[in-house]
Amino acid sequence: MSLTVEQTKARNQELIKEVLEVYPEKTAKRRAKHLGVYEEEKPDCTVKSNIKSIPGVMTIRGCAYAGSKGVVWGPIKDMIHISHGPVGCGQYSWAARRNYYIGTTGIDSFVTMQFTSDFQEKDIVFGGDKKLEKIMDEIEDLFPLNKGITVQSECPIGLIGDDIEAVSKKKSKEFGGKTIVPVRCEGFRGVSQSLGHHIANDAVRDFVFDKSEDKHPEFVSTPYDVAIIGDYNIGGDAWASRILLEEMGLRVIAQWSGDGSIAELENTPKAKLNVLHCYRSMNYISRHMEEKYGIPWVEYNFFGPSKIEASLREIASHFDDKIKEGAEKVIAKYKALMQGVIDKYKPRLEGKTVMLFVGGLRPRHVIGAYEDLGMNVVGTGYEFGHNDDYQRTTHYVKDGTLIYDDVTGYEFEKFVEKVQPDLVGSGIKEKYVFQKMGVPFRQMHSWDYSGPYHGYDGFAIFARDMDMAINNPVWGLTKTPWKK
Amino acid sequence: MSQNTSNVLDHFNLFREPEYTELFENKRKNFEFAHPDQKIAEIRDWTKTWEYREKNFGREALTVNPAKACQPLGAVFAAIGFESTMPFVHGSQGCVAYYRSHFSRHFKEPTSCVSSSMTEDAAVFGGLNNMIDGLANTYAMYKPKMIAVSTTCMAEVIGDDLNGFISTAREKGSVPADFDVPYAHTPAFVGSHVTGYDNALKGIVSHFWEGKERTPNEKINFIGGFDGYTVGNLREIKRIFALMGVDATILADNSDVLDTPADGEFRMYDGGTTLEDAKLALNAKATISMQQYCTEKTLAYIAGTGQETVALNHPVGVAATDKFLMEVSRVTGKAIPTELEKERGRLVDAIADSSAHIHGKKFALYGDPDLMLGLAAFLMELGAEPTHILSTNGGKEWEEQVKALLASSPFGKDCHVYAGKDLWHMRSLLFTEPVDFLIGNTYGKYLERDTGTPLIRIGFPIFDRHHKHRYPVWGYQGSMNALVTILDKIFDEMDKNTNIPSKTDYSFDIIR
Repeated sequence: MSLTVEQTKARNQELIKEVLEVYPEKTAKRRAKHLGVYEEEKPDCTVKSNIKSIPGVMTIRGCAYAGSKGVVWGPIKDMIHISHGPVGCGQYSWAARRNYYIGTTGIDSFVTMQFTSDFQEKDIVFGGDKKLEKIMDEIEDLFPLNKGITVQSECPIGLIGDDIEAVSKKKSKEFGGKTIVPVRCEGFRGVSQSLGHHIANDAVRDFVFDKSEDKHPEFVSTPYDVAIIGDYNIGGDAWASRILLEEMGLRVIAQWSGDGSIAELENTPKAKLNVLHCYRSMNYISRHMEEKYGIPWVEYNFFGPSKIEASLREIASHFDDKIKEGAEKVIAKYKALMQGVIDKYKPRLEGKTVMLFVGGLRPRHVIGAYEDLGMNVVGTGYEFGHNDDYQRTTHYVKDGTLIYDDVTGYEFEKFVEKVQPDLVGSGIKEKYVFQKMGVPFRQMHSWDYSGPYHGYDGFAIFARDMDMAINNPVWGLTKTPWKK
Repeated sequence: MSQNTSNVLDHFNLFREPEYTELFENKRKNFEFAHPDQKIAEIRDWTKTWEYREKNFGREALTVNPAKACQPLGAVFAAIGFESTMPFVHGSQGCVAYYRSHFSRHFKEPTSCVSSSMTEDAAVFGGLNNMIDGLANTYAMYKPKMIAVSTTCMAEVIGDDLNGFISTAREKGSVPADFDVPYAHTPAFVGSHVTGYDNALKGIVSHFWEGKERTPNEKINFIGGFDGYTVGNLREIKRIFALMGVDATILADNSDVLDTPADGEFRMYDGGTTLEDAKLALNAKATISMQQYCTEKTLAYIAGTGQETVALNHPVGVAATDKFLMEVSRVTGKAIPTELEKERGRLVDAIADSSAHIHGKKFALYGDPDLMLGLAAFLMELGAEPTHILSTNGGKEWEEQVKALLASSPFGKDCHVYAGKDLWHMRSLLFTEPVDFLIGNTYGKYLERDTGTPLIRIGFPIFDRHHKHRYPVWGYQGSMNALVTILDKIFDEMDKNTNIPSKTDYSFDIIR
């Protein structure tokens, strides 16, 4: 029983009204602004975003520390990132994000380690700057091949008045100009992970770009140098993207920040073009490089063959015919593989509906990949999106799509219960809620421990995974047969 | 192009294909400005030395790969053990996202918990409004029977007054006047998750008991403590109590909410200690805690009400389970039934069958303080030799207690105890004084990879193996599970080390 667009819109409006009824009046008013139904031709999704979460509602959001340490800085593999404050933040985020890298962990790479100042009461009372200095000394002593240090501030740092900037500056000087980056990403700052991304971007600007002379004068540029910005190499995503850029004749001089190194960050101002995947988390540094170094940037989308094809051409349009031909060759090379994937999986997935709630770029970026498989995204929302994300989303969603910003646990559960999608794509906190309800689910942050999902190689995996989620025989077993 | 539709390659195999290995090499060579391989090898070898170990143990400020979490995690774990209770963590919201993820990764279950979402303005003005709005919203949306409040370090640093805030919220009508809102201050910069469990449980118990008259009865209370095996363990304990005819209240019983069925319905709440039982638990004649270090303050409070308290240390094995059952029997006056005697005999039988493979093997182990005491005793019972026992959240008192335990058995004589140390210390220990097996949580896999010491996963969190939390490690039957877990690894290693044709054909035995 498929609804017409008008019926869907009416149903969705009714649904929004219904979920708002549970809230106290003041909260209902505030939440109403975050829920909407997309109307074709509108410039945005008619929802407000990037606003404080309401206490007690069970927001899915995280914090600025998660945005800086967990997303932007954490994957830089040859630096040591100190979770500065009590033990928990670093513990819960320890190696949880699947930022793949290659290196000798503990010797020249440190991504899957948890370095913490493990604050005790005396550090809160007397301040932690002395301890931080000592920590840096001990890092230099025990991990001599580290190429830099970042200080990822947890909540107490900003509250007790510690001067991590002064400590970092002093130690950098002492260690012969080593890159030491103080990051003011205390968890209470801002309204979500998002401010943490921004603060982390600014820290790259201030402490990697501005503080260093050209550290690699021997580096020889070519006209085809690009940097991948905003790919965290979850399950190897950045690698499955890099391979395509290289195949079309470009030279990828840096990965930000999955499998990235400090040298790559330092050399990025030498790029001819920055290609930006996760706009939300790294548009700031891309804009900065445009202003300061005159490097243009272009957003791309490597989910699903339709978007990949368009993106390859878009990227190539910034270069000469050699690259443009290269892009066509790459598209042609993978055509048969993509057709094979679609032939295999589309018949099993055609017409299936999906509801998403994710972070960063994915609430819009993955829609094309689902559509390549004949699936429809009927609801989507951002954990920490801004208005410019929702504007961009209009290019992806269909008329009548249910939109929910910073969705609460209650709303998401009710929406899914009523809309009854064939698949929900969200995070670990949501996964088991919906599986209990008998709704197929894929984690769309960690790729549910699969991946990569980016690039042509990734699309085959994406298609396989969506099929195995939806067509899992277990969903036929949830109802007890002897109960009516 | 290696990708194909008939056998889709994902990260396990895709990146081993030549187009990717070449990509990795080029990236490293041309763009990473990495240290020379020889330098890396040199430093790697140096980190294996005694010299490095001494430097490493000389650390005074830096913690690397700790085996502990922070207080509020334990508070949430305790809170969800009560009937229809929503944990409410006052402070920054990111913390709650972390606790929920952490538990869901271990239990593969939803974890419901809310935050008061304090931000910069709350840091300046305090979080009173967050508490008022937060309690009102949680109460309206999730219809809990109780909201258990704990704190993040942010709220603790700015000194929010929970008692005053909750009273004000009540007055403002956030929750009904008689609605239960127990609370506990759980600063992340004091103790660890086991401390948070203790504080939260004490907060809940004292909320119900404070100012109430105690009328002693014949029941007992039972507290499991922070436990990654809570689902299996608490069910096993209930089975044992049923066999003994013991009338017990399990306090903080989260075994159902962390194991709900997939039958089409999401249960935000399931099972748990009823609020009525929690109130009446004041009248019990005694409270037994399975984990002393998870319940120090709680037991002291309970003892203050006139109850007898018994503190154990995560009992695993024959003697420890004997002691547990005899304590239950002594306190309740109920006999230990023959059914349990048979289970005991079966465990002894199993140990007799298998201990030849464990006897004399050296073990390193790390984890929460009580778990270490329980496992060390069990290993010595099996004739194994604990060699390094490490607990990041263990203190001086714990260290002394472990030493006393080790001194009680000849199998403990070569063991050293490391309180307050982390897994980077453990790495040095494993390189300089190697052992046969390592026991620890999922993070031990990095130690296994670095040092080659086979990891036996017992502890919390276990993220990379499924369903282990469903199997108890308490009671004779639970101890049997622990035994089998250890044995499986030992046998797997034997096979792995003897499977090269025409080189190690011998010892690759079909019967062991």
